[in-house]
Amino acid sequence: MKLPAQLRPVLRNPQFVAGVILLLVVLFSALGADMIAPKSFEEMDIPSSLAPPSRQYPLGTDHYGRCIFSRVVYGSRIALRVGLIVVTIETVIGVSLGLLAGYYGGRVDRVISFVTDLTWALPPIVLALAIVTALGPSLNNVVIAIALVSWAGYSRLIRSKAQSLKNMPYVEAARALGESDFSIMFRYILPNTYGLIIVLATLSVPAAILSTTALSFLGLGSQPPAPDWGVILNEGIAYMHSAPWISIFPGLALVCTALGFNLLGEGLRDLLDPRMKV
Amino acid sequence: MGLVDAQPAAGRPLMQVSDLGVTFQTSRGSVRAVSGVSFEVRESEVFALVGESGCGKSTTALAVMRLVPPPGRIDSGQVVFDGVPLLDLDEDAMARVRGKQISMIFQNPLVALNPVYRSAAQIEEALLLDQIPRDRAWKLAVGVMGDVKIPDAPERALSYPHELSGGMRQRVMTGMMISRSPRLLIADEPTTALDVTIQAQVLELLMDIRRRTKMSIMIITHDFGIVAETADRIAVMYAGGIVEQGGVLEVFEQSGHPYTRLLMRALPRLTKEEGRLETIAGHVPNLVELPSGCTFHPRCPLKRDACLIERPTVREVSPGHFVTCHYPEV
Repeated sequence: MKLPAQLRPVLRNPQFVAGVILLLVVLFSALGADMIAPKSFEEMDIPSSLAPPSRQYPLGTDHYGRCIFSRVVYGSRIALRVGLIVVTIETVIGVSLGLLAGYYGGRVDRVISFVTDLTWALPPIVLALAIVTALGPSLNNVVIAIALVSWAGYSRLIRSKAQSLKNMPYVEAARALGESDFSIMFRYILPNTYGLIIVLATLSVPAAILSTTALSFLGLGSQPPAPDWGVILNEGIAYMHSAPWISIFPGLALVCTALGFNLLGEGLRDLLDPRMKV
Repeated sequence: MGLVDAQPAAGRPLMQVSDLGVTFQTSRGSVRAVSGVSFEVRESEVFALVGESGCGKSTTALAVMRLVPPPGRIDSGQVVFDGVPLLDLDEDAMARVRGKQISMIFQNPLVALNPVYRSAAQIEEALLLDQIPRDRAWKLAVGVMGDVKIPDAPERALSYPHELSGGMRQRVMTGMMISRSPRLLIADEPTTALDVTIQAQVLELLMDIRRRTKMSIMIITHDFGIVAETADRIAVMYAGGIVEQGGVLEVFEQSGHPYTRLLMRALPRLTKEEGRLETIAGHVPNLVELPSGCTFHPRCPLKRDACLIERPTVREVSPGHFVTCHYPEV
C-alpha cells in the first residue's frame, strides 16, 4: 500500500488540514441541515423574539423569533451552492477563452485579451450591481452577474500557461501525429493546467460567496425569508445593539467558510506545486 | 546494415524533395534556413541527413511535415510523397498525412511525452486517430509497447513519463510514432539526449523496425558514427544547402566535397595515432548574410576565384553520387 506515504505530505501541511476540517463542518451542516437544525428556517415564535442564546435557541432568535442557529445552518446550503455554481461558470468561460487566446495567439489573442482586460478593469461588485439592476433582484441573477464579471483571472492565467505549453515538444509531437488544433488544446494542453485550475477555483469560491452575500445583504440577491447569510446580516443591523447575535453568527459562518476555502486552496497550491512556495 | 552490409539502394523513390526553401522573417532580416534542397528517400531505406548544428537539417525535416514554426515559411520547392504533392494539400489533408504516412521522432524524449498521461495512453491517443474503439486501442497500445522492446509492457503501460528512464521514454515515443504504421519515419537526432549504451539500443530498435515493417527511415544527426552504422544513403548539409549526397560508401570513401572530407577528418579514430583532433577553421556562417558564391568558401582550404563569385551547381560525379562544388575531387 502506497497510500500512507503519499498522504504524509498532505497531513504535514497544517493549512490544508485546517481548511479541510473547516470545510467538512460547513459541508456537513449543508448536507445534514434537516437533521442538525432544531427548527425550520422560517418557523416564527413571536413571543420569544430577539431572545439571547439559550438551551432552546442555541444562537438566539431574530425579530420574528426565528431560530438563528437553524437559519445559519440552512444558509450554508445557499452559500456552498452559490460558490460552486459561480466557480463552475467562471472556470468554463475563463479557461476556454484563455486556451483559445494562448494557443492561437495573433488576432484571436488580441480580441480575447482586450475583452479580458476590459472585464478585469471594472470593479466586480459595481458591474454585478448594474447587471442585477437590469435583470431584477434574485439569487440566480446575482450568480450569473458574479460569474460574468469574475472569469478574467482564469482567462489570463490559462492564456499564459497555454502560451508556454504550446511550445512543449509533446505538443509538437502531437502535431506530427496529425492531431487537430481542437484536440491539442483540450487533450494535450488543458490536462496540464488542471493543477492550476483546481487551485484557482478553490481560491475563488470564497470570493464568489462573499460577493453574492454582499449583494444579498444589499437586497439584490436572495429575498427574505430565505436564510441567506447576507439576508440575515441585513436583518440583524437594526438590532445590532439589542440583539448582536443575529449578525454575529452568520458573519462568523461566512468567515469560517471563506477561511476554509482559502486555507484549502493555499494548501493545495503547496502540495501540487512545491516550487510556488516562497 | 550501413557500411557493413550496405544494400544496393534500389528501392523506388517514396518521397522526392525538390528545391525546398524555408525563410524565417526576423526583426534582424530574413534568414534563409534552407535553400534549394533536393533529395529523395526510397522505399525501406535509411536516409541520413548530416550536418553541424544550425545547418538547417531539422528545419528541412519540419518543412517536409509542414510543421515549420512561425515566423518560418516554406517559400519554394515541392515535396512529393508517393505521388502526392504535400505542399499543395490543404491543412486537413496534411493532418491526415502526419502520423499516418509520415511520422517524426523528436530530439528530446524527456519532454516529448505528455506528463499527465500514462505511457500506453499516449500511444492509444495516436491509435484513436484511426477511429479504433478505445478498448481495442488500449490493447493495441500495450502490444506496440512490446514491439518497441519495452520490458514488462503491460506493467510499464501504466507508468507516467516521469517514472520512466530516458531510453524507455524514447521507446514510448517511437511506439507512438510507428503505431499507425507510417511509410516514412523521420528521426530527428533520436539519440542526442541519451547516453551511449542507450543510444545503441535505440538505433538497434530503429533498424529492427525497418527490417520488420519495411518502413523508410530518415535519420537526422550530426554523428557520422550513427550514419555509418545505419544509413544506406546520406546527404551532407552546410548552411542551409546540401553539399554532397549519395550512397554511404561513396560519400565516406570517395568524398567529393571539401567540407565532407574535413568533417571525416575531424572524427576521432581509434586506429590512428594522432596528437590532436583536426578541426575545421572558421565557423558556421551567419544565415542572415550568407557568403557570396559558394557558402563554404570562407572555410574552404581549396577555394579559388570562382568560388567567391559563382554559386556551384550540382554535379553527378558518379551514378547517384552528387556534389555541389566547383572543383569536386573524385
